[in-house]
Amino acid sequence: MAPLVENELISGNFNLLIALFIGLGFGFVLEQSGFSSSRKLAGVFYGYDMTVMKVFFTAAVTAMFGLLFFSLFGWIDLELIYVNNTFLYSAIIGGVLMGIGFIMGGYCPGTSMCAAAIGKIDAMVFIIGIFIGVIIFGIGFPLWEKIYTAKAMGPLKLSDLIGVKDGVFLLLLSVMALAMFFAAEWVEKKFPRDVY
Amino acid sequence: MEQSSNETVSHKKAKPYINPYIGGVLLGIVLLSAFFVAGEGLGASGAFKNVLSVCAAPITSADNTTGFFAKTYKSLMEDSSKWWIALEVLGVLIGGLLSGAISGRLKLKTEHSPKITKKRRLIFALLGGVFFGIGSQFGRGCTSGAALSGMASFSVAGFLTMICIFGTGYALAYFFRKNWI
Repeated sequence: MAPLVENELISGNFNLLIALFIGLGFGFVLEQSGFSSSRKLAGVFYGYDMTVMKVFFTAAVTAMFGLLFFSLFGWIDLELIYVNNTFLYSAIIGGVLMGIGFIMGGYCPGTSMCAAAIGKIDAMVFIIGIFIGVIIFGIGFPLWEKIYTAKAMGPLKLSDLIGVKDGVFLLLLSVMALAMFFAAEWVEKKFPRDVY
Repeated sequence: MEQSSNETVSHKKAKPYINPYIGGVLLGIVLLSAFFVAGEGLGASGAFKNVLSVCAAPITSADNTTGFFAKTYKSLMEDSSKWWIALEVLGVLIGGLLSGAISGRLKLKTEHSPKITKKRRLIFALLGGVFFGIGSQFGRGCTSGAALSGMASFSVAGFLTMICIFGTGYALAYFFRKNWI
């Protein structure tokens, strides 16, 4: 039955209304988890607050289990789920630039929206920065169009790449995540922590 | 969530944040519901691109170019489902505001380490935003659209982008430590 839109179970306009509510849930959970604080977010890079890693991996694994079980129960058609296309060079360049942006600015786009909503001025300035960055990318696009589209590998799944079933892959990822959570709890005890 | 007793007392008491693992499960459910309804995950940076392409439309449509923003604008006009992410991000603003209001965290302020000035914090926030803006376009999505949603859909790009974001952050953490610790 799902995805509802792909199977035309809901109309396009209703889908857009739902987008607003899903975003609302997204923003609410981010803020409740402390993602409206840049110092809390940046903690993941210094070990004094590993919240980002805990929330991020718990969310990914939860959603993945959900997708696989929903598919097993016949509630969702995984073939219709969008798998991000891999453009090897562009993904690496983008990730590195975003990493620089994260350590300098302390936010990412989603969390900066959330932080700006509760009045963080640094987040509002960060958002202005994002706009400038996207404009720079757009204007200079002819210069990097080639590298942007190079090494196109399509909607490649990591589980297929290493040749295991999605379920096995998820199990391995969950074990890895658990190991990271234990490490995160241990590391947080080593570094002093403030309340933000 | 639960009342924590070891919370430091400040003059204006904000509620504590929720347990990160519970937050993660809740975020995972939100992400799953996005897949369930729309067939794709969450995002943020796409909304910036869309808003800009609409603002730039008077310029880009005049010369009928096939530039980056012109192409984005065209796809927005042809396919209303492309507005999904912009509405979702509008929801993020509302959701963040609601959460902050409920938990007593609404306050206009610049958050920075006591070791640096407000001005320095804001300059770095601006520069960080610029890098993130450019990077999110190369990455075809940011931490939520490319890394989190990409990972959840098992995408190679998702894992790769996630590793590059956090790997670069860790590699450079030493040089920016004064800003944070």
